[in-house]
Amino acid sequence: MNKSLLAVSAACALVLAALIACAPPQKANTGGQTSSGVKVSEATSAADFGGMDALVEAAKKDGGLNVIALPPDWANYGAIIKAFSDKYGIKVNSAQPDAASQDEINAANQQKGKSTAPDVFDLGQSVALANTSIFAPYKVATYDKIPEAYKDPNGAWVNDYGGYMSIGFDSAKVPPVTNVNDLLKPEYSGKVALNGDPTQAGAAFSGVLMVALSQGGSADDIAPGVEFFRKLKAAGNFLPVDPTPATIESGQTPVVIDWNYLNAAVTKKLPTWQLVVPPDNAVAGYYYQAINKDAPHPAAARLWQEFLYSDEGQNLFAVGGVRPVRADNMMADGTIDKAVSDTLPIIDGPVTVPSPDQTKAASKYLADNWAKAIG
Amino acid sequence: MRRLREGLPLLPFLAVVVIFLIIPTVTVIVSAVYADGVFSFARIQALFSGTALSALAKSVLLSGSTAIIGAILGAVLAWLIVSSPPTSMVRRAVISLCSVLAQFGGVALAFAFLATVGLNGVLTLWVQQVFGLNLAGSGWLYSLTGLILVYTYFQIPLMVIVFVPALEGLRDQWREAAVSLGASTWRYWREVAVPLLTPAFLGSVLLLFANAFAAYATAAALVSQGSPIVPLLIRSALTSEVVLGQSGFAYALALEMIVVVALVMVAYSALVRRTARWLR
Repeated sequence: MNKSLLAVSAACALVLAALIACAPPQKANTGGQTSSGVKVSEATSAADFGGMDALVEAAKKDGGLNVIALPPDWANYGAIIKAFSDKYGIKVNSAQPDAASQDEINAANQQKGKSTAPDVFDLGQSVALANTSIFAPYKVATYDKIPEAYKDPNGAWVNDYGGYMSIGFDSAKVPPVTNVNDLLKPEYSGKVALNGDPTQAGAAFSGVLMVALSQGGSADDIAPGVEFFRKLKAAGNFLPVDPTPATIESGQTPVVIDWNYLNAAVTKKLPTWQLVVPPDNAVAGYYYQAINKDAPHPAAARLWQEFLYSDEGQNLFAVGGVRPVRADNMMADGTIDKAVSDTLPIIDGPVTVPSPDQTKAASKYLADNWAKAIG
Repeated sequence: MRRLREGLPLLPFLAVVVIFLIIPTVTVIVSAVYADGVFSFARIQALFSGTALSALAKSVLLSGSTAIIGAILGAVLAWLIVSSPPTSMVRRAVISLCSVLAQFGGVALAFAFLATVGLNGVLTLWVQQVFGLNLAGSGWLYSLTGLILVYTYFQIPLMVIVFVPALEGLRDQWREAAVSLGASTWRYWREVAVPLLTPAFLGSVLLLFANAFAAYATAAALVSQGSPIVPLLIRSALTSEVVLGQSGFAYALALEMIVVVALVMVAYSALVRRTARWLR
């Protein structure tokens, strides 16, 4: 999911593909049927298996689960994988933990029909919506409790967790940032970095959108955000460096616009690192969870979904600093882990989540204008 | 038949050229206008959009300026080298050093500059401490200005390598003849040496231009915002997770680069042919 590691991952993928090409072909087990007579690879709910217990049985028979691009320190995936594995006794094979969204799709296409192909995806918005044709629709038991905006009506994909765009800053080096306009002040000369190029990285795209909202723009009008960065560049405040935990710790990038859960992760290593989610222009971004249509372990893939959207799975996400998609619903019925939910940022104002069409239009505008603004 | 036999040892070379040069070039040309069974010039047209034109302009500016700066400084250095006797230790050391430095592009070079004059560079921190000045400024090293400086670093040694043979081709007898006919040193340079060296000099400038135009790794390691030059725009078109399905545009950009470099190389070979007449 980290696009800066794309090149490395691509190289690994190549080596991996070469190794796989040498291995004898293994026939993946996708032809099985459930007790109710539905093909496992076409089951759309636990009921198709004859209930949750039957699904667990079928998943155990699959003999494993292939996940891809899930870094152990991202959204608490390390603990989630372990909890799933311990609970059901199913071995989880985690491939290319640092790969990007597009790599997940590439792996699914290249390893189609092999026992090593990914069973499930966790994707950024653009990549997810461009590839819905290779997803298998499935509705988890808690499907009806997930807000409409965060799921496909047929269950082809469901948002699993998300976060807010935030401004992180080192309180030992710069005065506290309270809103976006602060960044134009001379105190932040040469100090403000954006996590990537918004024409390439999803996080940076959301960063520009957040800035656009603060400047009177909207999800339909990202232009004021680009204009703000042009001013930031003209003022000499914009730092054209790709921030990483290493640049933050060494003090090269004292102010970073990034997801709140990534900024919060830095605080664990650098206690003076604080973050603010601009209260009036919160931008949320959600990841997309889906099942590979050609999953080699179709029942385990479905059980994984049930686990992620259960109270247990959602609480585990919250521990990783991300906002689980069922957060509101779980706060209402008291099933959320209180100690954890208190650490999530509280947003009173409106929250903007761009629709796929808005994202498309905005990225077109960025492709045409971003380089001019900061060049 | 005899011709065939003479050509035979070249076959492996030919195979390599076909596999690694001709097939990729043809792929780029075809993919730029033909994708998913549809023939279209839309991607070629996209080359004339603001972003693509500005990247091309900046690429040309970067390659052109570093070629000229590198050529002038490199020519002066080459002249100083040639003035010393061929057996001189300094001369041999400088030429060896240039051969190494001319290939010292890429991530290693970018890192060297980052570690020296980057935001946390050794020199930056020292100057900050002693003089209170901020050398790294607002990150100029990560923009086009920085690229010009860093590229010049490998352009100068390359110029030395390609220009020393041209200077060595200037025979002493020509100077002696000019002097014995009453020419001053200035007049010898103006009317004999400079006209003789001009084609070689211009040819070297073109070679340096092509060298900088195609360089990618150095820029990729330094610049992370805005894809200012064509090779970085190709990267962006191939790897973006925001704007998808741009690989066709990447092919069109690659085609554009091939055309520019081909033009430069045609001009280069014409100049080399002219120089060769004199050096025979």
